[in-house]
Amino acid sequence: MIDDIAEKIYSGRRIDIKDAKRLYEHSNLAELGMLAHWVRQKLNPERVVTYNIGRNINYTNVCWVKCNFCAFYRKPGAEGGYVLSDEEICAKIEELIEFGGDQPKSCEILMQGGLNSKLRLDYYERIFSMIRKQYPQVQLHCLSATEIIYIAHLSQLSIEDTLGRLFSAGLDSIPGAGAEILVDRVRNVIGKGKDLTEEWLEVHRVAHRLGIPTTATMMYGHVESIEERIEHLVRIRDLQDECAGFRAFITWNFQPEHTELAVDLEHWDGTKTTGLDHLRTVAVSRLFLDNIDHLQASWVTQGPKIAQVSLRYGVDDFGSTMLEENVVSAAGTSHTDEMTLPEMERLILDAGFQPQRRDTQYRRVNTPSVEREGRVVALS
Amino acid sequence: MDLIHKKLIDQAGLLDIYEKVCDGARLSAEDGLRLYQCDELPILGFMANIVRERKCGDTTYYVRNQHINYTNICNKSCKFCSFYVKPKDERGYVLSPDQIAQRIRDYSDVPITEIHMVGGVNPKLAYEYYLDVLRAMKEARPEAKLKAFTMIEIAQIQRIAKKPLEQVFSDMKMAGLETIPGGGAEVFSDRVQGDLFWTKADSEEWLRIAIAAHQCGLPSNATMLYGHIENSEEKVYHLTRLREVQDETSGFLAYIPLSFHPERTEIEYLPVPTGCLDLKEIAIGRLMLDNFDHIKTFWIMNTIEISQMALWYGADDLDGTVMDYEITRLSFEETKQRLTQREFLNRIHEAGRVALERDSLYNVVNSPVLGSVIGG
Repeated sequence: MIDDIAEKIYSGRRIDIKDAKRLYEHSNLAELGMLAHWVRQKLNPERVVTYNIGRNINYTNVCWVKCNFCAFYRKPGAEGGYVLSDEEICAKIEELIEFGGDQPKSCEILMQGGLNSKLRLDYYERIFSMIRKQYPQVQLHCLSATEIIYIAHLSQLSIEDTLGRLFSAGLDSIPGAGAEILVDRVRNVIGKGKDLTEEWLEVHRVAHRLGIPTTATMMYGHVESIEERIEHLVRIRDLQDECAGFRAFITWNFQPEHTELAVDLEHWDGTKTTGLDHLRTVAVSRLFLDNIDHLQASWVTQGPKIAQVSLRYGVDDFGSTMLEENVVSAAGTSHTDEMTLPEMERLILDAGFQPQRRDTQYRRVNTPSVEREGRVVALS
Repeated sequence: MDLIHKKLIDQAGLLDIYEKVCDGARLSAEDGLRLYQCDELPILGFMANIVRERKCGDTTYYVRNQHINYTNICNKSCKFCSFYVKPKDERGYVLSPDQIAQRIRDYSDVPITEIHMVGGVNPKLAYEYYLDVLRAMKEARPEAKLKAFTMIEIAQIQRIAKKPLEQVFSDMKMAGLETIPGGGAEVFSDRVQGDLFWTKADSEEWLRIAIAAHQCGLPSNATMLYGHIENSEEKVYHLTRLREVQDETSGFLAYIPLSFHPERTEIEYLPVPTGCLDLKEIAIGRLMLDNFDHIKTFWIMNTIEISQMALWYGADDLDGTVMDYEITRLSFEETKQRLTQREFLNRIHEAGRVALERDSLYNVVNSPVLGSVIGG
């Protein structure tokens, strides 16, 4: 029975760690959905599900960290490593603008890459100011905390100075990638050498202080326990209480194919987590993170059916159209082929909501008519 | 009545239906329509789960079965079907009674309790063929229950037998038939039939054959194919007709909503049914069909992800573990099948339900092999 927790939620009170644990153990999935939707309606009362037109640009796949859950990276010097040229980056942006239209800052570029020792702060400053100058339509939603820490380290600058300079060069906001699970025990198993919990949080804290909004993520379903997932949510909620700079929260599960962790059965139990676990995790996140306005779907990992159902489990945003996605796709998940903008809108309507395009700042943007013609989002 | 969610359910405009559900009262056709119009998916699941748990508690049934399709030749040309070929098409096949028996013997080391066999409406097959097939199956695997021939095939079999339905059923029972699958019902609507399957038996014909089967001691399932061109009124009519017949015969074992798969059909321009619709059909089926003991989510069509969720949306049956196309005939490996079964059982366990192996008639089967992998 979770009547006491339901009572808390209906009366707008905050739930605690024990409550979250009990919600995780509560088997009635329909009831969890009802409660999560209640909170969603309180924060986002309109019957609208937003989405964003954007693409990923993975400027380099060269990375020295070798996270065992990642199938995207190449070691420095290894065959297949790349850094995109300016021309390649511009071509990708132009492809996005052609699709997303001309309104200022309406098209989101999610630029992320490996930790590549050849690329220092001046590289990013140059790329960002070039994009800012040439493409006012673009919102630069770039670099994970992990990359920022590394850039600061290479350039021997503080996080604050690094972020300040990136911001001046044109960076608009920072994605929440690299959070994985914010528990050092877990981080030491799946991403040894990468930033620890406090370091990840500190980058976001500094960004928020400088007025740079960010998002928060959680990648679950590998070596963590349920308690550690909840600890992750606690860390995110606490920082949000402190800084209020997280715009949205996005969670997805570990995609094992072609990763080292997939064959490391000492650490991983060999079972990819289910859609049911995803909906449960989304619902608990919605209920626990009462101070974050938006939850995004992860259709790339969950596929259209479960991603759509998540709209009834607390999610109010379908995420990005992702004209290009390389990282999750490298790990064998390729739902990108199934998703088009008309399909996204159909799923939203079918779930009982009006689809509405937004920008990275969740301001509403008109959808240009070119997209109505049913063009495939996942460009080949 | 659990009062904690009352306000939420009231906001969704479903409080009167919720009260009926809690009281075990029958829902009207109008209630059914309102359920279809409701977007609050978890509320539908929450209510359907009350009925599900009243009838089956936490039990989730599954069966170890083998599927066989004896022919793909069919003269019906249903627009939603990707399986059939027309008579004279070179891709057409008919399995002989010996070939079917051999397929069954191929799996003699797997503890299968049910053989599920359906096929096209093939006008070239003689009445004796069907009886020979049943006899060969029973001989190859006497302990497995035979579930075969949709109402549509039976209409064809009766035509060539030139005998009353009762006689046909009696012959088939003698030959080993024990239950009848629920396929071929599609949607009970002249409009949908006129567009998608006009050459096939209409809804009243389907029901007439089902009633006759039930009266002859052959229980059956019932299905509804959704997610193509049908509307909510037609679906509510379908469910209420099934409910009326069940009041009369009590011969339906389970209701199975079937999610339409457009790929490679004549209407493949239609989109794939959504996850919300899949769960909604399970929930509304459970809520409307108060006289059906079981609601089955056919995971092959719903996807295992949706079917696992469906265990909280009214479904108490996950169908079978052994599907013929899952285990490739040429490279059968015991390990692969065990893993599949383990995943199957883990899914039920993860959903907080209790797995129970059944046979075609929902008798509990004690299966030592499976017992050892539960939770393993």
